[in-house]
Amino acid sequence: MSNWALILYCGLITYLTRFSMIALIKKEMFNDRIREILSFVPSAIFPAIIFPAIFINERGLFEIDDNPKILAAIIAMFIGIFSRSIVATIFSGLASYWFLIFVV
Amino acid sequence: MKSNLKVFLKGIIDVSPLMIPVVPFGLIFGVLAIDVGFTPIETMAMSLIIFGGASQIVLLQLFSGGASSLVIISSVGAVNSRHLLYGAVISEHLSDLKLIWKIIISYFLIDQAFAISNEYLKKNKDHNRYFHLVGGGATCWVIWQSTTFLGIILGAAIPEKLGLSFAVPLTFLALLVNDFRKFINVIVIIISGLVATFGYNYIPFKAYVIVAALAGLFTAMILTRKNKKA
Repeated sequence: MSNWALILYCGLITYLTRFSMIALIKKEMFNDRIREILSFVPSAIFPAIIFPAIFINERGLFEIDDNPKILAAIIAMFIGIFSRSIVATIFSGLASYWFLIFVV
Repeated sequence: MKSNLKVFLKGIIDVSPLMIPVVPFGLIFGVLAIDVGFTPIETMAMSLIIFGGASQIVLLQLFSGGASSLVIISSVGAVNSRHLLYGAVISEHLSDLKLIWKIIISYFLIDQAFAISNEYLKKNKDHNRYFHLVGGGATCWVIWQSTTFLGIILGAAIPEKLGLSFAVPLTFLALLVNDFRKFINVIVIIISGLVATFGYNYIPFKAYVIVAALAGLFTAMILTRKNKKA
């Protein structure tokens, strides 16, 4: 398959995952119970992106020793809990990460 | 009711903090794509056609690892299956819209815009509230295209040692700050994170994202069941 075909197919499948539910689901299908469960969607999906990005290295291996990302993420999490600020969370995480890899 | 433009601008303002990490992410994507052998035009086309950071990075990763097209496309599909859930959540607010709007908004249904607009849509019942999602999505679109372009041009001038890719998980961490205070959410976060981490190498086609998300939702379903009976 050519690169262009690959890009087009990947674009198509990405778009269809975004469009299908919006197109198919009707308002009448919602009730309080479904709304309640769907309110957990961010809590259920985002960790699946966060955890591997922190604990798994570029070679696909689990890394817990000598991994400054773990401490930096914990610091960012506590700053986030107390500040409730998105910007403060991101910057404290990056700042602690750079401090750990360049200074310590 | 606020004007369409005001709601659109509110979407831009609300999503802005989330754009900070998108800058390095877009740069990294541009650099990597050239690095694994795509032409500048193909790289730009990826950002324009796919318009999804996670999909594009997965595409590059597997492409550089020599995976077959079928594996690449199904992996991109698996990584994107989270959009099915976003769509399900958002669809309630869009169900009265004309099909053309649904087609346009779907293109902009990305993680950051979803996260920000989901909060807004829950609190606002104005008929034009979906302009918030369009504002957030369009902002991200501009940043993503321009940083991809810059990444292609700057190339190797960006030091890899800065570890800018760490900004990506930090964005998602920042999106959960309010959920860390709620007990059931914390359990759901831990379950999903553990399933993703330990399933990363064992669940084929990068489907660990949706497997972990479903495990998290299933946990939420069990833990909230009591409320229903009470």
